[in-house]
Amino acid sequence: MASLNLKIEFGGGLELLFSNQRSHRITVPAKVPASSNPRDGDKGLEEKPADVTYLMYWLRDNLLKEREELFIENGTVRPGILVLINDTDWELEGEGEYQLKDGDEIVFISTLHGG
Amino acid sequence: MPPRTCALCDNARAILKRPKTGQQICKDCFFDVFETEVHNTIKQASLFKPGDRVAIGASGGKDSTVLAYVMKTLNDRYQYGLELFLLSIDEGITGYRDDSLETVKRNQEQYDMPLKILSYDELYGWTMDAIVAQVGKKNNCTFCGVFRRQALDRGAAMLNVDHIVTGHNADDIAETVLMNIMRGDIARLGRCTSICTQGEDTIKRSKPFKYAYEKEIVMYAYFKKLDYFSTECIYSPDAYRGHARAFLKDLEAARPSAIIDIIHSGEAFEVKEEVKATQKLQQVCKRCGYMSSNDLCKACSLLEGLERGMPRAAVTDRAFRKKMLEEGEPPEGLRMIPYFQRPGAEVSAAPSP
Repeated sequence: MASLNLKIEFGGGLELLFSNQRSHRITVPAKVPASSNPRDGDKGLEEKPADVTYLMYWLRDNLLKEREELFIENGTVRPGILVLINDTDWELEGEGEYQLKDGDEIVFISTLHGG
Repeated sequence: MPPRTCALCDNARAILKRPKTGQQICKDCFFDVFETEVHNTIKQASLFKPGDRVAIGASGGKDSTVLAYVMKTLNDRYQYGLELFLLSIDEGITGYRDDSLETVKRNQEQYDMPLKILSYDELYGWTMDAIVAQVGKKNNCTFCGVFRRQALDRGAAMLNVDHIVTGHNADDIAETVLMNIMRGDIARLGRCTSICTQGEDTIKRSKPFKYAYEKEIVMYAYFKKLDYFSTECIYSPDAYRGHARAFLKDLEAARPSAIIDIIHSGEAFEVKEEVKATQKLQQVCKRCGYMSSNDLCKACSLLEGLERGMPRAAVTDRAFRKKMLEEGEPPEGLRMIPYFQRPGAEVSAAPSP
């Protein structure tokens, strides 16, 4: 399969950076350049299966509308943002290295907004 | 990656890595340990006794929403015998607080608890919108913080409750420890880790989530599908706290126990007797009867500054505060805060100045 269909949810205020829309359905390629961040320049020929780190940059470049520094920091999600992969803490799934599968649901929740 | 089984029940699939312990646990065990730990915190500190009337300071945000849910759950499960109320303060911030109050109103129905909303406008004659229009975005957090603290106590007095619980979590407390160290605020450093504080003239306040990590509170709300509101305050965020928070989150990413470790450090600090002796004694505000370390409480001096059109001076200038006090009786028609009556206290007239 050449592409993956994913369901993306934003919560805890993070949706404010994404047109104030909580739920998104997206399609990403199954194989992507080995360097996830398109801004790193030279992509080379090497490929890898799409992973959550790739997804994070994809979201930045395709869905994020403002203040990207509130979403990505030093090549990962900003500390204080929780990530769930199919309702499981991403820390149990290899974090950014988790390889995406067709139909996966990825949730990003900010914990940084006030109570 | 193969699914892992829960470290506690060794049966179901793990869905969460606990930041406090590193354990990988399943959803049911997570609910169970989260609730049990809060229960243990409450029991160990003997926070309540049967028959207590307890107000939950409710903002509609994640912490207080989870707190209301957990307090109700524990009160039923362990028969605390508490009468629970929701208490919300409406700061008067259009587009922020009015939306979050809608969440609290839904919580009132979902949790079947009486709700009291007290507004800054009602109590002080000023909304935060009006205050920001006068003082600008720079110093308004000072007003909001001082006014909220007193409004919560007054709202609690109106509900005739014995106790206010707030949703402050472990991350908030660790952040406050760091801020007090960085500011050299030794008096606050000494008391900011206490689970329960009680001033001479105010209602008890405590923090049942003192040891609950923010990550777990948010995960709990997510898995229980609790209805909460999350938006940044539209006025200037507290920049200093923001830095402390970002720093703490970086520490947590490197070593998750950092939060609980900092709280532990805060608890272990002891303030020397000589230092304590220089701290001001608590007394009662001559104007409004609220507890204060000066003749005039912070809220009264801030309010007078606003009313006289010199709000910045009331925040920063000691001489101004002294002058206001020397003038004694404030000018005719100046708005004042109603005299504070602690629930159960003898009804006494305001002292004449």
